[in-house]
Parts: sequence; C-alpha cells; structure tokens
Amino acid sequence: MSNIPDELSYTKEHEWVAGLDDGLTVTIGVTAFAAESLGDVVFVQLPEVGASVEPGESVGEVESTKSVSDIYTPVGGEVVEVNQAVVDDPSLVNSDPYGDGWMFRVRVEGDAEDVLTAEEYKALTSGDS
Amino acid sequence: MSRSTPLRDVHESLGATLTDFAGWLMPLRYGSESAEHNAVRQAAGLFDLSHMGEIFLTGPQAGQALDYALVGHLSALATGRARYTMIVNERGGVLDDLIVYRLDDDEFMVVANASNYEKVAKELIERSKAYDVLVEDRSDQYALIAVQGPRSQEILATLTDADLDGLKYYAGLPDLVDGRQALIARTGYTGEDGFELFVANQDAVPLWHALMAAGEPYGLKPAGLSSRDTLRLEAGMPLYGNELGVELTPFDAGLGRVVKFDKPGDFVGRSALEAVKDGQPRRRLVGLVARGRRVPRHGYPVTKDGAVVGEVTSGAPSQSLGRPIAMAYVDTGADAGLAVDIRGSHEPMDLVELPFYRRNNK
Repeated sequence: MSNIPDELSYTKEHEWVAGLDDGLTVTIGVTAFAAESLGDVVFVQLPEVGASVEPGESVGEVESTKSVSDIYTPVGGEVVEVNQAVVDDPSLVNSDPYGDGWMFRVRVEGDAEDVLTAEEYKALTSGDS
Repeated sequence: MSRSTPLRDVHESLGATLTDFAGWLMPLRYGSESAEHNAVRQAAGLFDLSHMGEIFLTGPQAGQALDYALVGHLSALATGRARYTMIVNERGGVLDDLIVYRLDDDEFMVVANASNYEKVAKELIERSKAYDVLVEDRSDQYALIAVQGPRSQEILATLTDADLDGLKYYAGLPDLVDGRQALIARTGYTGEDGFELFVANQDAVPLWHALMAAGEPYGLKPAGLSSRDTLRLEAGMPLYGNELGVELTPFDAGLGRVVKFDKPGDFVGRSALEAVKDGQPRRRLVGLVARGRRVPRHGYPVTKDGAVVGEVTSGAPSQSLGRPIAMAYVDTGADAGLAVDIRGSHEPMDLVELPFYRRNNK
C-alpha cells in the first residue's frame, strides 16, 4: 500500500497538492502510487517559471523506463518555481515523491479543479494496488 | 483472465508488479527495473519465462519436417545444439522467431514466443502431415527459468554436476539441477552469458528457491520483463511484434542469414523469399541513440528535415549507455540528420549499427 499523507490533496491523475487550503501558492508533485506504477523515473519535464497555466492543463511529463505520463495542474495561475533538482535527478520522484521529488509551485488564481481528500484518493487507488 | 505460471505465488511473495503479457500474468519488476538490469550486466538475474511455448517433434522424419516447415536447415543440426530460426508464411512473412534444440536423432524442441506458440504448433502440425513425425505442444507441461549474467555459470555450478564448461553457446544438455531433471541450455535474451532451464511445472518453485539461495552470494536478483526488454534492446535482439511481424520478411529485418536456401527440398515461403533475397529493402533496421533525455518509443515517427523516414520499433532509456536508445526501421540511405518525433518535438538522434551493447568475450 502506497504512502498517502493525510494533509495533502490529490487529483485523479495522481498528483498531490500541498497548501491548497491556506496559501496563495501551492506545491504540486506526483504521488507515491504514481511513482510505483511508473517504475524508475528517468526524465521529468516541468513548466517554465512565469508560465500561466489553466486548471486541468497538461504542463509537463514524467518518463519512466516503460512509459510516459503527463503532469497536470489542478489549479490555474502563474508558475512561480520549479524543482530543478528533480529535473537533474529524476530518481527523486521514486525515492521521495512528497519531499525532494516535488515538481512545481503555482500562485493560484481562481478556483481549483475538483481535488480529492487523502481518504478519497486511498479509495481510488486501493482497487489497483 | 490471464494465465499464470507455476511461479506466480513466488512472484507475489517477492512483491512483484504483475502485468498482462501476451495473455499471461507475468512479473514486470520486483523493485527497481534499473537495479535488475544492472544485476544482469554485472552479476546475474533470475527470470521466469514459463510463458514461452515448447513444441516437440518426435519421429524418424522430425528433421525433414522442420526443414520444410521453417526457414532453417534443422536436419543438419547436431544433437545437443540449438539454432535461431523463423517460421514464415507462403508470402515470406514472419509468423514467429524460434529457437530449435535437437535433443536426439529423432527429437527436436521448438521454443516459440508466448503470443505465438499456439499458432506455431498448429502450423507445425499442418506442415508435418506428409512426414513420419509426431508434433506435440507441451507448453503446459514445462516451466522455463533463466539465469543470465556473468556470474550465472558459477551459480549454476553449485547446483549441478553437468559439464557447464563444455556447454557451448546455443547448446542444450539434459542433466540434474538441484536433483531435478532439466534441459540446461546456454541461450538467453539479454546479451549476457547465461542459461535457460526447462523443467517440469512441479519443479519450478523448488528450483527457483534453490537458484535464489545459490545465487545470493553472487548478487543474483529476480528480474522481470521490464529489465528483460531493456537488456534485449541494448543487445539489439528483435522482439516479435516490434521488430518482427507478419508483414516483414527475414530480409526486411536484416536477418536473411537465417534463411537456408541451399538445404534439400522445398520449404514454406521459399519462392517468396527467393524473389526478395537480392533486392534492396526499402527500410533497414538500425539503432538510434538520443542526444537528449526524452525516450523514443514504439510507433514514434523517425524524421529527417521534417519528413517521416522511418518508425521506432522499440525504445527505452539505456542503463549501459546512459542515454535513451531505440531500434527503428529507417529508409535506406537516411543515415544522418535524423530525429524522432517525440510527442511533437523533433529530438535529434545519432544512427548507430546494432547492437548497442556487446559483452566482453572471455
């Protein structure tokens, strides 16, 4: 069973979102479940700092040995920071998906897409793992 | 509903990620596929390949039947030796690639891919009708466990008295392994030295455990289909459904050498293959090495100056080269200035001859 921290929000596309409840800026990464499903991550492409993104938009991609997946943003706004460390060392997605493997930060404008609670995300992923 | 191998419970207890492959539930990886890949290159890996098909031909004309049914000259094979060959249709299209072992004067074993062996068995039965031979698909009775990597001989030697030193590449020797009857074959699909052990289903689990225990001090790791695919890709070995298919002849795939026109008698596909053997195929199978880090994948277009000049058949990040690699069919003459269209971005590629990786011969 993958680690699904209670304090985060989640998307159906297996991103996690931190800071949605209290801040203007949120941090987004991919979940441990996604990392395990992908296998060893070998390439991460992130949006540009300063890019304007829409909720539900594909803003990057995660490539593993066997497959490639889009990274979606559940919130719209401006990309204010990206994690260069994960671009340089994509294995951080596997080793520390909720920590050093974070992907990018967005200053939120408008409403977020529907996101899931940890409980709801557990229910979503329990069928497959 | 996927079929399971006799080792399914073992894979689950090892925490394998299981995947459907050609209708079989197979281990994709146990942990990190990169670590499994490296274990096979540097020490050894243990693979469950029980989904492969084993078809036996027994009888005084078994060799002649295979000469007619396949493109190779199998009646000329010495007992104890094995040969890479193919079965084609009347138009010369590849139905499967095979390894044929001659077990005795009157007995051959044909090893076919999981996705094709029922079709191959049916064809072999049909094509053998005029010969004094019995064709039996015994795939359900056999498990196949492969030990691959530079330490594989040392590991296997702890479990058998068979003369492994005397066992050549592409040869098979029946003997006991851990007290169980096995065909020990020096074959594999990883580019490394290694052995494939054909055993009865009920021996698969105890043999797996014995090999794991024997291999532990040597760095043996269980390895899944994901690492098997990156290993064979680095070794430039074709995969049916990717580099080989019914719309291609052996010559299209650069494997015309497996077609033995000088063998006695006719064989299925002869006239079609005679007609194309001296022609220049429109495309040839080449290796591509990416300059960047994005991975070319099966089906992606190969381009030159924006025009499509080929198609990727297999691609993956290569542990051994540290860059993504691919096999692709590329128009003859298009050797430089190539790119692969990776989801809209034309990523530059260097063309190289296959294989990408060759082990140091001792």
